Amino acid sequence: MISRQEVEHVAKLARLHFDEEELARLQPELGQIIDYVRQLAELDLSGLEPTSHAVPLKNVLRPDEPVAGLSQAEATSNGPDVERGQFVVPRIG
Amino acid sequence: MDVTTLTAHRCRELLAAGEVSAVELTRAYLDRIAATDGAVQAYLAVDAAGAVAAAAAVDAKPRGERLPWEGVPIGLKDVLCVKGMETTCGSRILKGYIPPYDATVIAKLRDAGLIFLGKLNMDEFAMGSSTENSAFQTTRNPWDLDRVPGGSSGGSAACVAASEAPWALGTDTGGSIRQPASLCGVVGLKPTYGAVSRYGLVAFASSLDQIGSLTRDVRDAAALLDLIAGRDPRDSTSIGLPEPVGEPGRTSLEGLRFGVIGELIGDACEPGVREVFDSAVDAIGTLGGVCEEVSLPSVERGIAAYYLIAPSEASSNLARFDGVRYGHRTAESEDLYEMYVRTRSEGFGAEVKRRIMIGTYALSAGYYDAYYAQAQRTRTLIIQDFARAFAAFDFLISPTSPSVAFKIGERTADPLSMYLSDLCTIPVNLAALPGISIPAGFSAGLPVGLQIIGPHFSERGMLGAAHALEHHLRVNVMPPLAAPEAAR
Repeated sequence: MISRQEVEHVAKLARLHFDEEELARLQPELGQIIDYVRQLAELDLSGLEPTSHAVPLKNVLRPDEPVAGLSQAEATSNGPDVERGQFVVPRIG
Repeated sequence: MDVTTLTAHRCRELLAAGEVSAVELTRAYLDRIAATDGAVQAYLAVDAAGAVAAAAAVDAKPRGERLPWEGVPIGLKDVLCVKGMETTCGSRILKGYIPPYDATVIAKLRDAGLIFLGKLNMDEFAMGSSTENSAFQTTRNPWDLDRVPGGSSGGSAACVAASEAPWALGTDTGGSIRQPASLCGVVGLKPTYGAVSRYGLVAFASSLDQIGSLTRDVRDAAALLDLIAGRDPRDSTSIGLPEPVGEPGRTSLEGLRFGVIGELIGDACEPGVREVFDSAVDAIGTLGGVCEEVSLPSVERGIAAYYLIAPSEASSNLARFDGVRYGHRTAESEDLYEMYVRTRSEGFGAEVKRRIMIGTYALSAGYYDAYYAQAQRTRTLIIQDFARAFAAFDFLISPTSPSVAFKIGERTADPLSMYLSDLCTIPVNLAALPGISIPAGFSAGLPVGLQIIGPHFSERGMLGAAHALEHHLRVNVMPPLAAPEAAR
């Protein structure tokens, strides 16, 4: 299970807000999913390395040649609030 | 002749012979979409003007100077960035987002002269197995409009089944191409992780995501893979294929050994699905192949490992949707923190929030070792089990989905039951293997798919085997809705 306090703490970390009704639904749903995945915590996998990449890869180098990327105007074209080529945000804290 | 019922290969032949112009072909598909998509709801957006203009540009070129696939239309899952074309990932948070660049696969198809018909519906950020998690509409299965098309590439599968495009691109993180292909009775190919560049694919779980195809036959799947595969300096995990897949011409399975994954044909599997699967096993024997049961005990842990790894990666990837650079921003906020929280809470749907919560929890202090690290160790175990099986077998097989298409709304109230529908497909992503679903038959009038899994980068051989089986099984891929007379 996952406690109400834990759900609220995790929501804060994830920058999400849930109202009372949503929390009442979410807490048991998350509890059920976490109970299901907890089966792995009980396995003895001590001899195994965690997978970091599932296909064997080796480093490949390439010449460091600059190529054109997006222009500033293109890169900011989807910004909800843009001023003089910069993203504008509300005051911090 | 109704050109919309043809494969992409036939479209190409008709174009090359001058029997149809690119504009005629594109208009035929646009007419078809207008006639049937009101019921199917596969497309989120149709770019009629852009498609006709691109087709007219193809027609203006002398036929001898055209590229092989120039003028053939295609549908695109709305998770791929197309320059100038709204890309939403089925999410309110990206409503109105116009990518200023093409994904690598899109640039490749553009260079090859394909015509983009529009963007296809999906579960929000590709999280789901029914396409019911789209923020915008519910796509319906062309074989039975009361049922789901599967997901998350449900729009792509439904559009091909309904003849609203000859083929489509999809993406597969835990079965999102193969499962809807199975449920809609089309061919779904998920290439080896690294075969196709992910640049410009909006990330869900970066170690699992792979772009692939939904097509009417195996030949088209092979051709589309050759068009999109390749190493890309913009995706450092891309490797490409060792050689082009080419034309899959195999008609016999002589000399090939197929392992039937015992853990995936048990009680979880519906009897009707099991029946079709058993008849496919018989067909392999008839074609000269050898089938034997093989045990991969760790695949039963696949769902648990996946629902830790994928949400963990998603919680990190989706942190970028914060209302600063693109997409939705909340109307009113006092400060930056409140802006983040309100924007994300308004923009994401319930399933995406659930997965962000699971991932954030699994990665948070004190839980990392018990959950995320343990899931990655389980993944190692799964990779080892597959490697052992491939030492004895050329390919592994299972049903693609333990059930046929389920009713709309049937599983939405129970997230875990929805997760369990990915039992057969998830282990393939965890091990980064290529897999294909081909139509194998019907259970109570609904399509059932067969999954063939190969070793890393064995696409050429895997598609050859799939072609031989397809050729022998000759399953009808045309739902009543798609029959030419129904369109008129």
